[in-house]
Amino acid sequence: MPQTRSVDESFLALPLSALTDAALTRAVDLGCEHADIRVERIRTQTISLRDARPEAVTDGEDLGLAVRVVHEGTWGFAAGVVLTAAEAVRLAEEAVVVAKVSAAINTDRVELAPEPVYADATYVSDYEIDPFDVPDADKTGLLAEFSERLLAADGVEHARASCMHVKEQKYYADTTGTRTRQQRVRIHPDLTALTVDRATGSFESMRTLAPPAGRGWEYLTGTGWDWDPELSELPELLREKTKAPSVEAGRYDLVIDPSNLWLTIHESIGHATELDRALGYEAAYAGTSFATPDQLGTLQYGSPLLQITGDRTATHGLSTVGWDDEGVAGQEWDIVKDGVLVGYQVDRNMARLRGLPRSNGCAFADSPGHVPVQRMANVSLRPAPDGPSTDEIIGGVERGIYVVGDKSWSIDMQRYNFQFTGQRFYRIEDGKLAGQLRDVAYQATTTDFWGSMSVVGGPQTYVLGGAFNCGKAQPGQAAPVSHGCPTARFDQVSILNTVQEAGR
Amino acid sequence: MSRMTAQELVEACLAASTADAQITYVTEHAEANLRWAANSLTTNGAMRSRSVVVISFVDGGAGMAAGSVSRTGTPDVAELVAASERAARDAGPAEDAVPLVAEAPPGAGDWSADPAETSIEVFAEFAPALGQAFGEARDRGELLFGFAEHSMSTTYLGSSTGLRLRTDQPTGRVELNGKSPDFSRSVWSGTSTRDFRNVSVAALAADVEKKMGWSQRRIDLPAGRYETLLPPSAVSDLMIYLYWTMEARDADEGRNVFARAGGGNRIGDRLAELPLTLRSDPAYAGLEAAPFQVVPASSGSASVFDNGLAAPAIDWISDGVLTNLVRPRSWALTQTAPATVAVDNLILEDRSAAVDPAEMVVATERGLLLTTLWYIREVDPQTLLLTGLTRDGVFLVENGEVTGAVNNFRFNESPVDLLGRAVQASRTERTLPREWNDWFTRTAMPMLRVPDFNMSSVSPAS
Repeated sequence: MPQTRSVDESFLALPLSALTDAALTRAVDLGCEHADIRVERIRTQTISLRDARPEAVTDGEDLGLAVRVVHEGTWGFAAGVVLTAAEAVRLAEEAVVVAKVSAAINTDRVELAPEPVYADATYVSDYEIDPFDVPDADKTGLLAEFSERLLAADGVEHARASCMHVKEQKYYADTTGTRTRQQRVRIHPDLTALTVDRATGSFESMRTLAPPAGRGWEYLTGTGWDWDPELSELPELLREKTKAPSVEAGRYDLVIDPSNLWLTIHESIGHATELDRALGYEAAYAGTSFATPDQLGTLQYGSPLLQITGDRTATHGLSTVGWDDEGVAGQEWDIVKDGVLVGYQVDRNMARLRGLPRSNGCAFADSPGHVPVQRMANVSLRPAPDGPSTDEIIGGVERGIYVVGDKSWSIDMQRYNFQFTGQRFYRIEDGKLAGQLRDVAYQATTTDFWGSMSVVGGPQTYVLGGAFNCGKAQPGQAAPVSHGCPTARFDQVSILNTVQEAGR
Repeated sequence: MSRMTAQELVEACLAASTADAQITYVTEHAEANLRWAANSLTTNGAMRSRSVVVISFVDGGAGMAAGSVSRTGTPDVAELVAASERAARDAGPAEDAVPLVAEAPPGAGDWSADPAETSIEVFAEFAPALGQAFGEARDRGELLFGFAEHSMSTTYLGSSTGLRLRTDQPTGRVELNGKSPDFSRSVWSGTSTRDFRNVSVAALAADVEKKMGWSQRRIDLPAGRYETLLPPSAVSDLMIYLYWTMEARDADEGRNVFARAGGGNRIGDRLAELPLTLRSDPAYAGLEAAPFQVVPASSGSASVFDNGLAAPAIDWISDGVLTNLVRPRSWALTQTAPATVAVDNLILEDRSAAVDPAEMVVATERGLLLTTLWYIREVDPQTLLLTGLTRDGVFLVENGEVTGAVNNFRFNESPVDLLGRAVQASRTERTLPREWNDWFTRTAMPMLRVPDFNMSSVSPAS
């Protein structure tokens, strides 16, 4: 199909060149060695239904501009919402004031690693139907129909449905001459069925596995996800879960489905290989990393089967872009090769600090009002080229648990100790699934866990999972990111019983 | 082109309405921040924004529907109002429809006055003091990390029922994290503030220095249940999660920890053995919060139809007994129970408490003294079991004195159960939550003593 998508005319009609000239000229006049301007318009709609009835439809648009400068080796940043040349000049001046106030506490001179100039460049993400072109009534109607299907099943007492979709338009210009225009669309549909046992006061829920994706409304109508089987299976899977036995705590071989494993990759590899964390920039908030730069090339992160890449290029990836918020083009690179740490996610200042020739394009902000920081690329586990299917992996396990879907997640500030739950856990006995289990959590230390990976599934098991809400930085910023992975097997992982953990 | 004021924008949106009713609010927001790592600045910023939210209410014959549309800056009024009305017509009848509020709540501010402001200058004294603290830390061979932020939000809310309400919300926070150069020792101090006038960098730095001293001796302890002193900050993060879960509708529908087996909710149940009161009060000194509701989108715990509703002081737990859950007017009508409003502050207190946190430490024979909690996530909604990590200081107390720093732990605990098992509370003091301070800063909490806190596993992190 020929590429027909383009950046919306209404965004290109904003006075982008006039704002650029005003801000960058003023910044240069004030002695800045670098200045950039970002103009962003982010449209967000969230539709939520409770028991198939509309709970809320919110439609927001965040339009603003930001000027960032390097003045005498110190960052300065200012943001506003008035798109006039006078305001762009004021922001350039304010950014310089911020740099001057901050100079009192700056000892690291900011310098940016070089990047080619992209004088007039455009990127539009890969989607078919702009969700904002679909009438609200149609969107709400489809979610109501999905909800009704769940509610019609025996035992489902409540259903929740939500869909969040975002269209992000971004213009970037800097003093080297780069000028980029981008438009990205993403969508996150979510349905949950809930059952309540009034007599005992117990309740249980189960959520769809459809991951958020860099796609348009077509994702709800059959492209990229098959909703019909999932919606028809969910009530019976939920019923089975409520009747399932509570797990016996202990060590088990785990077969982890991509619908769960993506989040473990996100937390224990994605964040741990952000160089700003390893250098301590996030030490007081998101945390640091056990994977310190002195161990680059030597740290045994996991078993030799572990191949991890970072990319900002995967089709439908949530972190996929043309250029980042420092004008660096999207790339793909190795983070873990044959089990050994070989790379980080960096921005331009950190690339220069580390002596790298170039940034790998991981600086971005979540909105026009926030400063770009080093954020996450799509960080993915490569499938084994001729690897087994999920059934074949399960077939090789004598006594274990098959883990499906993500739910609760928590990991420490150095990315060692984690605990995850899931949507469904199946007992594996002699290579076969033997019914669901309840009250399961798995707990491990990152390098032990990845070191225990003994089988990696083939490309036929690969799924691109992800999230809209990866949190980092102060002030807090939320970023969308994808993680692709195959099914994989992990030997002798610690399983907790969450009812026992609660002291019951 | 002169820019419309926030009040003019509210009036223009209301005047452009062709719907049955409309609520519009404009929030003018200004903020400034500094962030530092390893005794040096990392990022900073000064931001201004204006958001305009128009909620239109349209009765298509089957019941009132609502549509909420928000834009930043100074949007085209006709387009914005039309988008909101179209959203309402498309939405279908709202389950939470009730007549809009027409009576002005007490405590609203001066409608005609300009919005409150802040700028980077709020740090004019703070930044040099911080620079001095960096120098002192460097001299001790230690590193400081952290963040300081000040914001001012002024909201003007108008309705077609005649409300013209204004509220100002200053919010400020400082976090100071001290580390040894190899990051193996790590401690924290923090505070919330309305204006930075009460913030003493020297006092925060002294607290960090004291705890770095406590960390000189390292003690490894295994997982297990320990007598634990939860300081006010740690208590606040657990109580905020509890507060966010206090939705009456979820409880009445049997789907949260406050549901009663057999039906209904647990209001009237004793949750704490100590006479603990969990409450919110928009007038609490130093933690002042909006005295009326501002709701952009309906949920189980808030309704767009309740915009402008008075948010008075309320007890959620009174002397250990569950007293109220969060209940919008529409749900209150279906349950013949009172409507209640969540306020943006939270106070836990034992009014009979006679000791300070330091005195509780002195009275401890052997126990763990925590600093903060981190990465708190829900494991089991049935019991409200939460997991998370201890962070930046687990200290061993022996015979009333801190004798060293212990490794971190992953915990699995329910805040509801902890209230039931706490055996002592200190006097309440203002504190900064660690985990949730991006969203919630206005808290006052006691230290709690829990005889058997569940440290589920060891975390090697520091």
